[in-house]
Amino acid sequence: MKQAGVFRHAAVRLLGLIPTLLVLITIAFFLIRIAPGGPFDAEKVLPPEIRANLDANYHLDEPLLQQYFRYLGQIVTGDFGPSFQYKDWTVNELIARGFPVSATIGGLAMALAFVLGTLIGTFAALKQNSVIDYSVMGVAMLGISIPNFVVAPLLILGTAVYAGWLPAGGWDWSWQRMVLPVVTLALPVVAYIARLTRGSMIEVLHSNYIRTARAKGLPERQVIRRHAFKPAILPVISYMGPATAALITGSVVIERIYSIPGLGSYFVQGALNRDYTLVLGVVIFYGIVIVVLNFIVDLLYAWLNPRIRYDEAQ
Amino acid sequence: MPLLSISNLEVEFETAEGVVKAVNGMTFDVFEGETLAIVGESGAGKSQLVLSFMGLLAENGSVSGEAKFRGEDLLQMKPRELNRIRGRHIAMIFQDPMTSLNPFLSIEKQMTEVVRHHQGLSREEARAHAVEMLRAVRIPDPEERIKQYPHEYSGGMRQRVMIAIGLLCAPELLIADEPSTALDVTVQAQITELVGELRKKTKMALVLITHDLAAVAEISDRIIVMYAGEAVETGTVDEIFYSPQHPYTRGLIASVPRLDRISDDELQAIPGNPPNLLELPIGCNFRDRCSEATEQCLERPPVWRATSGRTSRCFQGIEGGEIVNE
Repeated sequence: MKQAGVFRHAAVRLLGLIPTLLVLITIAFFLIRIAPGGPFDAEKVLPPEIRANLDANYHLDEPLLQQYFRYLGQIVTGDFGPSFQYKDWTVNELIARGFPVSATIGGLAMALAFVLGTLIGTFAALKQNSVIDYSVMGVAMLGISIPNFVVAPLLILGTAVYAGWLPAGGWDWSWQRMVLPVVTLALPVVAYIARLTRGSMIEVLHSNYIRTARAKGLPERQVIRRHAFKPAILPVISYMGPATAALITGSVVIERIYSIPGLGSYFVQGALNRDYTLVLGVVIFYGIVIVVLNFIVDLLYAWLNPRIRYDEAQ
Repeated sequence: MPLLSISNLEVEFETAEGVVKAVNGMTFDVFEGETLAIVGESGAGKSQLVLSFMGLLAENGSVSGEAKFRGEDLLQMKPRELNRIRGRHIAMIFQDPMTSLNPFLSIEKQMTEVVRHHQGLSREEARAHAVEMLRAVRIPDPEERIKQYPHEYSGGMRQRVMIAIGLLCAPELLIADEPSTALDVTVQAQITELVGELRKKTKMALVLITHDLAAVAEISDRIIVMYAGEAVETGTVDEIFYSPQHPYTRGLIASVPRLDRISDDELQAIPGNPPNLLELPIGCNFRDRCSEATEQCLERPPVWRATSGRTSRCFQGIEGGEIVNE
C-alpha cells in the first residue's frame, strides 16, 4: 500500500466528515429544542427573576437561530460547553470520564465476538449440514433474537446472585466487573459474526482457488487457514465498523443494568434532564467515533484485499 | 508397470433430480513420459474423471473402481497419504486461470508454499526455485512479478503461473484440464505449445483434457474419445485421425474447420446434443445423433479391440479386431 495514497484517501474522508457532522449537529440541536421542557424546569418552580438570570447566563433568552450559530462557533474550537445538570463539569470533562469506560467494554466485547464468532462460523462451515452445524447455528439464532435486557438479568441471576462468582454490577476497572457486561454485549455479535463467517466460508470453500490449494497437496488445515480464512472474513470486517461503533455507543442499556458510569449513562441522564449541551456533545462525539471506525475498517479491508488499494497510480 | 492405471472407474453425483452417473466404467493406463489426450464434448465426464482420483470431487460426488498410481490405489488413500502425492507426484492445472489462483495471496506465496511444504525448502530457496519456474514458463521479469497478485496478471500469464506451480516439484504426471479453453485464441496455441514443450524437457507424463481434437494432435501420443461418461474410442493419434472407427470420432474430426480444403459447404457439426445423464437412451448412448444407427443400436454396443490395442464401442466393430466385452 503506497503511503501517499493512504494519506490522500484519509484526507478526503476526513473532509467528507464535515458536512455529515454539520447535518447531524443541526438535526440534533433543533430536535432537543423542540422537545417539551427545558433544563431548568423542575417540580419546584423557580422565581421569575432567577429563571431570567439563568436563561441569560446560558444565552437561552436569545433567538433560537442565534443560539444555533453561537453553538456552532463554540464547537469549532472543540469546546462542548458546560453541562446544565452536572453543574461543576464541562461536557468535555464528562466525555473524557465516561468514554474510556464505554470504549473498554465495547472494545473487549468486539474482540471477544470476533475471535469466537469467526471460530464458530468456520467450524460450522466445515461441518456443513451436520447436526453440529445445525445446533450451533440454532443457538446463534437464539443469541441474535434474545434482547440483551433479557440476557443481562439472567446472567446476573445465574453467576452473581445464585453462584456468587462475579459481582452483579458496579465499576472499578477490575476484570471481575467487566466480565458480565462484556459477555452480555458480545453475545448477539458473536452469533451474528458466526452466521456471517459460516455463509462466506462455505462460499469460499467452493471456489476454484480452494480446489487449486487442495490439488497442491496442502493439508486441509493449511488450506483453511492460509487460503480460505482471509476472503471468508471480509464480510465480517465490513460489518465490524458499524458494529464496533454500536457496541461502544449503544451500550446504554447495559450500562444502566450493570450500573456502569459510561458515556451511555450520561447520555440517558442528559436526555431526560434536557441537558442541551451534554446531549449535543455526546451525539456529535458518537458521530465522530462512528466515522473514524468506518474509516479504520476501510483501511483494514484494503490491507486484507489486494485488489483494493488507494494507489494514485492505478 | 503403467504410471497410472485406472480401472472400472465410476463417478456418481447425488442431485435433487436423481443420481447422475458422470463417469461410467472407465479403464485406461497412462505410461511414463507419454501424453494422453482425453477428448469429448462438455459434460462427457472428462473433468470429473480426473477430479475423482485427485480427491477433488464436489461433496455430492462419489467414486468407485480403482486408480493405481505406481501400484497404490489413490481412491483408498487417507487424506494425509493423498496429500503426499498431490502437488508433488501428480500436479494439476485447471480450466479457468482467472479464478484458479487465490486473489488474496501474492504469486510468491502461492508458489513457494508448494515446495516449502513438499520439499521443506527454506523461504529463500523456495523463492529462487519459484523465480526459476516463472522464467521457464516465460514470465518476463520474474524477480519483480513474483511479488505481484493475480489481478495484476493477464489470463494467459495466470495460466503460465498455474503451469509453473504444477511443475514446481517436478511431478511424474501432470494433468491439464482444458488449460487453454478460457483464453484468447492466440494465447491458446501458446499455452498448449508451452505445455508440450515443458513435458518433453521434463520427461513427465501428461494427461491433457480437451474438447478440441485438432489442438492436441501435435503434442499427444494417444487419444481417448469420451462420450456420456464412457470411452467410445481409444487409439494412437494416427489411428484416431487417419482411420477413426467410431461414428462419433468421425463426426468430431469432420467438424474441425480446415483451411486446406476450400469448399462451399457450411461448417460441419454433429447434430443434436449429448444425452441427459439422468435419462440415458436405451442401447447406444450416441444412437440419437448417429447418422449410421440401425435397429441393432437399440442394444448396448460391444467394445471391439484390434491387435494394435485400439478400441471402439460400436456394432460396426474394427476390421481384424475382436469383441472384448458383453
